[in-house]
Amino acid sequence: MATHTDSDKYYLPHGSPWPIVGSVALFSTMLGAVAYLNDWLGGWIFLPGALLLIGMFFGWFSTVIDENQHGVYNREVDRSFRMGMMWFIFSEVMFFAAFFGALFYARRLAVPWLGGEGVKVVNRLFLWPQFSPGWPSNGPEHLGPRAGGSFEVMPAFGIPALNTIILLTSGVTVTIAHHALRTGRRGVLKLFLAFTFLLGFTFVSLQVHEYGEAYRELGLRLSTGIYGSTFFMLTGFHGLHVTIGAIMLVIIWLRTLRGHFTPTHHFAFEAVSWYWHFVDVVWLGLFVFVYWL
Amino acid sequence: MIKRNGHWLMVALTGLVAAVARVPVAHAAWTLNLTPGVDAVSRDIYGLHMLMFWWCVGIAVVVFGFIIYSLVRFRHSKGAVADTQLLHNTRVEIVWTLLPALILVSMAVPAARVLVEAEDTSGSQLEIRVTGYQWRWVYQYVGTNVTLISSLDRDSDQARQLDSGIDPFSVPNYLLNVDHPLVVPAGVKVRVLITGGDVIHSWWLPAFGIKKDAIPGYINEAWFAVDPDKLGTYRGQCAELCGRDHGFMPIVVQVVSQQDFQQWLKAQEAAMPPGSAPLTPEVGQPPLPTYAPPSPTTAPSPTT
Amino acid sequence: MAHSEHAATAHEEHDDHDHKPKGLWRWVSTTNHKDIGTLYLIFSCTMFFVAGSFAMLIRAELFKPGLQFLDPALFNTFTTMHGLVMIFGAIMPGFVGLANWMIPMQVGAPDMALPRMNNFSFWILPFAFTLLIGSIFVPGGGMAGGWTLYPPLSIQTGDALPMAIFSIHLMGASSIMGAINIIVTIMNMRAPGMSLLRMPLFVWTWLITAFLLIAVMPVLAGAVTMLLTDHFFGTSFFNAAGGGDPVMFQHIFWFFGHPEVYIMILPGFGIVSEIIPTFSRKPLFGYDAMVYATASIAFLSFIVWAHHMFTVGLPLASELFFMLSTMLIAIPTGVKVFNWSATLYRGSISYDPPMLWALAFLFLFSIGGFSGLMLAIAPADFQYQDTYFVVAHFHYVLVSGALFSIMGAVYYWLPKWTGHMYNMKLAKWHFWLSAIFFNVLFFPQHFLGLAGMPRRIPDYATQFADWNMVSSLGGFAFGASQLLFPYIIWQCVRGGEKATDRVWEGARGLEWELPSPAPYHTWAEAPAMATLDHGAPVHETHG
Ligand code: HEA
Ligand code: HEA
Ligand code: CUA
Ligand SMILES: [Cu+2]
Repeated sequence: MATHTDSDKYYLPHGSPWPIVGSVALFSTMLGAVAYLNDWLGGWIFLPGALLLIGMFFGWFSTVIDENQHGVYNREVDRSFRMGMMWFIFSEVMFFAAFFGALFYARRLAVPWLGGEGVKVVNRLFLWPQFSPGWPSNGPEHLGPRAGGSFEVMPAFGIPALNTIILLTSGVTVTIAHHALRTGRRGVLKLFLAFTFLLGFTFVSLQVHEYGEAYRELGLRLSTGIYGSTFFMLTGFHGLHVTIGAIMLVIIWLRTLRGHFTPTHHFAFEAVSWYWHFVDVVWLGLFVFVYWL
Repeated sequence: MIKRNGHWLMVALTGLVAAVARVPVAHAAWTLNLTPGVDAVSRDIYGLHMLMFWWCVGIAVVVFGFIIYSLVRFRHSKGAVADTQLLHNTRVEIVWTLLPALILVSMAVPAARVLVEAEDTSGSQLEIRVTGYQWRWVYQYVGTNVTLISSLDRDSDQARQLDSGIDPFSVPNYLLNVDHPLVVPAGVKVRVLITGGDVIHSWWLPAFGIKKDAIPGYINEAWFAVDPDKLGTYRGQCAELCGRDHGFMPIVVQVVSQQDFQQWLKAQEAAMPPGSAPLTPEVGQPPLPTYAPPSPTTAPSPTT
Repeated sequence: MAHSEHAATAHEEHDDHDHKPKGLWRWVSTTNHKDIGTLYLIFSCTMFFVAGSFAMLIRAELFKPGLQFLDPALFNTFTTMHGLVMIFGAIMPGFVGLANWMIPMQVGAPDMALPRMNNFSFWILPFAFTLLIGSIFVPGGGMAGGWTLYPPLSIQTGDALPMAIFSIHLMGASSIMGAINIIVTIMNMRAPGMSLLRMPLFVWTWLITAFLLIAVMPVLAGAVTMLLTDHFFGTSFFNAAGGGDPVMFQHIFWFFGHPEVYIMILPGFGIVSEIIPTFSRKPLFGYDAMVYATASIAFLSFIVWAHHMFTVGLPLASELFFMLSTMLIAIPTGVKVFNWSATLYRGSISYDPPMLWALAFLFLFSIGGFSGLMLAIAPADFQYQDTYFVVAHFHYVLVSGALFSIMGAVYYWLPKWTGHMYNMKLAKWHFWLSAIFFNVLFFPQHFLGLAGMPRRIPDYATQFADWNMVSSLGGFAFGASQLLFPYIIWQCVRGGEKATDRVWEGARGLEWELPSPAPYHTWAEAPAMATLDHGAPVHETHG
């Protein structure tokens, strides 16, 4: 519970330009995306919007970092930030839950029903007599880029397993870095933080390589029926999150180089490491349910 | 037990609004309440509906009565003094948690029974495949080559255009009439296999107590068995928003006697274009027929 | 301010507590919870009028049979926009605005926990709605698949599709940030002594609502993202040919959608739980039970979603499960209704405008709840689903529930915000006109639905003519009555009889310890325990 004493007041900023900049940036980014998708003008409005968005984040966070460096944040402010970050991560969990839900629904219900299993035997009798359900599946009409609709799946114990090891290792390195921060060993901190984001980028590039292979050689694309859809949406959004997480790691690494963070006061560091662990856990779910089982 | 009579309610309310009510002859009877329908399931549903209705009325009378009593009795303007010590009362609170639970059980039991009955499509004697398209219904009698395309009738269609200048009241069964109604025999368990051809539609026939969505790529089942003495024409509408003309794809079913139905079906089979294959299991998604279906005049009058 | 030497270099204004920048920039850049609350409320009121105008067009088209003046596709667009804008533009921002104004004042906090993010969550909204409403005008016409956006119909939309979807993403982002702010404020910024079970019920209900928001808005974002990729990138989530299922969208949507309807009612429950004790001059009956009931409703809301899908062909076992779980919600909701009734019992009741709205809520919301319970009976829902019976149900819970509670809240706290009393006589007119014409507008829709009129149709069979005309007349009168609302507020902002600090004789709670109007900054010093004792509804055992 908050305590308010004269020497220790909750810091309240008075007025900020960044939110409105952010809103305009989001709006023009989305408008750009709309224009691109609808073939209106080409996606050119996308760029200024995206740049503005980056500028906004930069400006907003610099202000916050600046204030923090000047010590205006007391323990309650710090706790607000922490709680905020945790609930934000919870919202991300629910976002992924929607796609995992789609995967489970498709595997356990939709595809078997299409094949006439359970109560839906008439589906086979009167709609899809040729279809034999199973997983992976691209549906009764075998949608996909290849002529017959055939496709291959990414074997779990190749790049994906390697990526699992990479991410798990990065989870360890970020924890080591955190430990070093708390015990004041700045050298170890910088080193292991660097390891962490390097592992992150390695993960992303392997993922990109894997996507290339899937598109070129396996007949596995977004349009490869429900398997391709769930596969790319889940791994794609995850990859996006890894990329964002890795960029955040770079930023806090740069900040450690500048001497930011103290053993007791390092909210941003912890926020990024929580985020990183979250991305890690999502990957474990992906590895098990998308690649392996 | 669940069949209760809601008649006085309808009478009372009808009387209440009789002044504004206009009931043109050519139109379906004007009503305030759910139709009891013409088969066992629809009547059971009607019973459930009335059961729920009376429970709600009863609870409302008690709860609202108590509130109104308090509102009148404890007016500040009449010098009421608040009893600020009345904070809670465990015994009362337990009662008003458990009592509703018991009431709910008494609702859930008959509801579950009717649900099980309504979903039991086994043992049917006739099967009809129903496919919803934007914006018409296609009916195929399984095991025969008979296919009907059922669209809004011409009169309604003309009257419903913007600025048509046609008074809807002058059109018999405005928006509830089709060119080729579905024809079914009375007294027979009919299973309908419902699916969608483009988007989701919903096949709703209030008098049969059936509403089932027509999902593209999946088949839903429903059934009805109209009472043998309930020959006649029954009307419904598409009940899932399916685009621009969602309001204009009615469902009309003619219930005829079994002999009439057999005769009608034979005539239709003969009238189908040569080479049209019968719809049997294991044929999958048949192409949407492009030929014109036989004239509606061949349907026997349900009164025979 | 603490550490002011350092802070001052970064932010000049810090030392001056009541300084606020002037003009437009004040409102654009503000981080003050009261300013942001005001912005939200103005926005909500504007959107209420926009969405209400769509409703007026709907009612005008349905005034008599035959197409009057709207193309059917345009009619569907208006229905869709009416639903989306009312829900996401009027009701939700209205509640967030009230939360912004009142929660810091009620828990004794100096502001919201994350003030800059607070501003961000507001300012996203005008842009989101520009995108949404703008989508009506692009080639191919606006979204016309209903607010529920069911595919495959919704992905037949033209250029409006990505606009509507991105606008939903933006609204989601705004709601999530708003909800995070509310949770953090409540969990971290309470004054000493304000234990959880001493919080006013408005705060409690918002805490739980905020949790629901964070849990389900991302799910909606996921669902609409899948719509987008199905349309533009060839995925098959909702396409049976590729192994997907259109019904899957409905599951994901309603996993969001059902909690969403409680998001729109729980803060209303909180408001009514503030107003009724005040005007009964008596503490709320069964405070603890109210909190637990709210939590139970929130929990149950996650396991009932498929009651919107009884006709899609669910397996029998799921139909049974969802029917039974839905019926259970009547129990905690009943507890609430009974507690409010017991609060009235042996009270000393006066009938000021806020109380009138709260009482109308009590009666009319219950009626909406009863019809909800009828809908929950799966076999009976086969007959009700997608008819005007459903439309009647949800307007009883949304208009006489959510909207009336917001009206009541505004009339309750307006003197605290402006420092003036409003025109009581006009406010009572506003109430009585609304309450009467609301029923003329929506009660006949029960009959229409039972008699077989489907929803979302621009034209209907002639046997539905009479009640539709009654409903439309009621609708026009209800709509016209709403013009009083902004007028009364405008008058009150401009001036009027000075409001006392406590405003209402029976009012209890920290917000009433503050001067009227509430100063720009409040509770910079946390309120002391002594003030609290006759503040929040204090339960004996926690006192
Ligand atoms: C604020 C919003 C709100 C609220 C609070 C509710 C509350 C409830 N709703 Fe409603 N509902 C909607 C908004 C809301 N709904 C909307 C918007 C739709 C349509 C969406 C669309 O399709 O566009 C909808 C649709 C809807 C359906 C689907 C209908 C269909 O499409 O076929 C169902 C079905 O079960 C349902 C049920 C219920 C139930 C059981 C409650 C319960 O919570 C009600 C509980 C309350 C009471 C029961 C009254 C008080 C209790 C007592 C006095 C105690 C004693 C009572 C008894 C024991 C009976 N609702
Ligand atoms: C909280 C939400 C909310 C609120 C407050 C309302 C308020 C109203 N709604 Fe509702 N409505 C929904 C949520 C809401 N609605 C939803 C979710 C749907 C489902 C959409 C779908 O199917 O997808 C729906 C659908 C819906 C339908 C069914 C449409 C269809 O199926 O095709 C109808 C029809 O009568 C209707 C009418 C009204 C009316 C008359 C009001 C009135 O209360 C509005 C009153 C307000 C005003 C009128 C504005 C203020 C006044 C003016 C602008 C002045 C000018 C007016 C005059 C001079 C008359 N609404
Ligand atoms: Cu077909 Cu609505
Ligand atoms: Cu619901």
